[in-house]
Amino acid sequence: MGEGPPSLWEWIGRNWDTGRAGSIKDLLLDHLTMSLVPILLALVVALPLGLACVRWRWLYQPASGLMNVVYALPSLPVFMLLISVTGLTQTTVIIPLAFYGVAVLLPAVVGGLDSVPDHVRQSAVAMGFTPRRRLLAVELPIAVPVVLAGLRVVAVSSISLVSVGALIGQGGLGGLFTRAYQNPFMPPVIVGIVLIVLLALIADGLLVLAQRLLTPWVRARKGATS
Amino acid sequence: MNWLISFFAWMGEFFGNGENWSGPGGIPMRLLEHLEFSALALLLAVLVAVPLGLVIGHTGRGEVLVVISANLARALPTLGLLVMFVLLLGTASIWPVIIPLVLLSVPPILVNTFEGIKGVDPDLRDAAYGMGLRGGQVLGRVLVPVALPLILLGCRLSAIQVVATTTVAAYTGLGGLGRYVIDGFATKDYAGVVGGSVLIVLFALVVQLLFTLAQRVTVSPGVSRRVNVR
Repeated sequence: MGEGPPSLWEWIGRNWDTGRAGSIKDLLLDHLTMSLVPILLALVVALPLGLACVRWRWLYQPASGLMNVVYALPSLPVFMLLISVTGLTQTTVIIPLAFYGVAVLLPAVVGGLDSVPDHVRQSAVAMGFTPRRRLLAVELPIAVPVVLAGLRVVAVSSISLVSVGALIGQGGLGGLFTRAYQNPFMPPVIVGIVLIVLLALIADGLLVLAQRLLTPWVRARKGATS
Repeated sequence: MNWLISFFAWMGEFFGNGENWSGPGGIPMRLLEHLEFSALALLLAVLVAVPLGLVIGHTGRGEVLVVISANLARALPTLGLLVMFVLLLGTASIWPVIIPLVLLSVPPILVNTFEGIKGVDPDLRDAAYGMGLRGGQVLGRVLVPVALPLILLGCRLSAIQVVATTTVAAYTGLGGLGRYVIDGFATKDYAGVVGGSVLIVLFALVVQLLFTLAQRVTVSPGVSRRVNVR
């Protein structure tokens, strides 16, 4: 053919937006959907579940035991078993990732709510806070740092785990890895790894930022003592 | 509920097939391979991560390394790493696949060993020195036993990860139970896919159970608060 294989940048330029399915841009958008939906689902499930576990203590042991088991299940066979229920769709990847997320977030939510000092809770009661207001205005804000630490772990690992879905044809950027393996060629692998790590870093950074905005008193207190 | 019926049909087809129980592609061999690769990778990871975590936790030097490795290991896509190593090093031996397995399983053990040692009550450490123990003795007789629950937790998390990644590694040609899933999917042999998946899930659960038991057995009763220590 005369010309050698395209360089990394040439390859990116040619494949970024081809207008056909499977361009890097498409895969990136798929990847975002398949990682963001489970992160949000995990949060939406883990928050009330954690609250329930704090209110009814007996619930925590079995719930966290079950989540430990869920967390131990390897993603690929779980995807495979789900195929017969949800088909070769993004849902098949999203559901297990959401479960892994709950497994990580549940102890974080419970730990966060446990980290509310007793005297703070009692002060809130003494000031006449209703249970609901106490939860929303006092306990949840204090739990934010621990919950967000868990959410950072969930976000980063979900973003990288999506790529395993490529083995059932639904892996977002992971599709670059299978493509590169079938037709041995390094640039797609590099692009895939770099983009996934970048996405993870951005998500992590955004969550750190969110924590700063949600807990302004942490910095205020540091300023006061220094 | 159609899928449930096909699930059991595939299970019967896979486990009821005598050919699946013998020979190099049989269930016992594949199981053994899976165990061998996972154990090899985990052992190498422990050999690297535990000493490193002990030293960093004990001396306090190199903490940045721990934090970076933990974050990177979580962010790096396993499939991408596997494909990259195989494209770089070929498939002549199993090492191009084992190396990424080890790389990904070092950080959980490293982080937890480090945190375990660092989290030991300073009073306890001082008391050990006060009793005349030297640096190495303090580490071996006091810090390690106290940090053991976290060290074992790290090993358990890594083991879970290794079992899962060994499955994915079947895509890049490694043997083990993942072969049934990957090959079955490629050839539309859904009995193989379902049967293999069930085997891997069971395998992972047994590993999880064994490590949880090991945590119970090896941790000193005083540390795990199973007995009251005054």
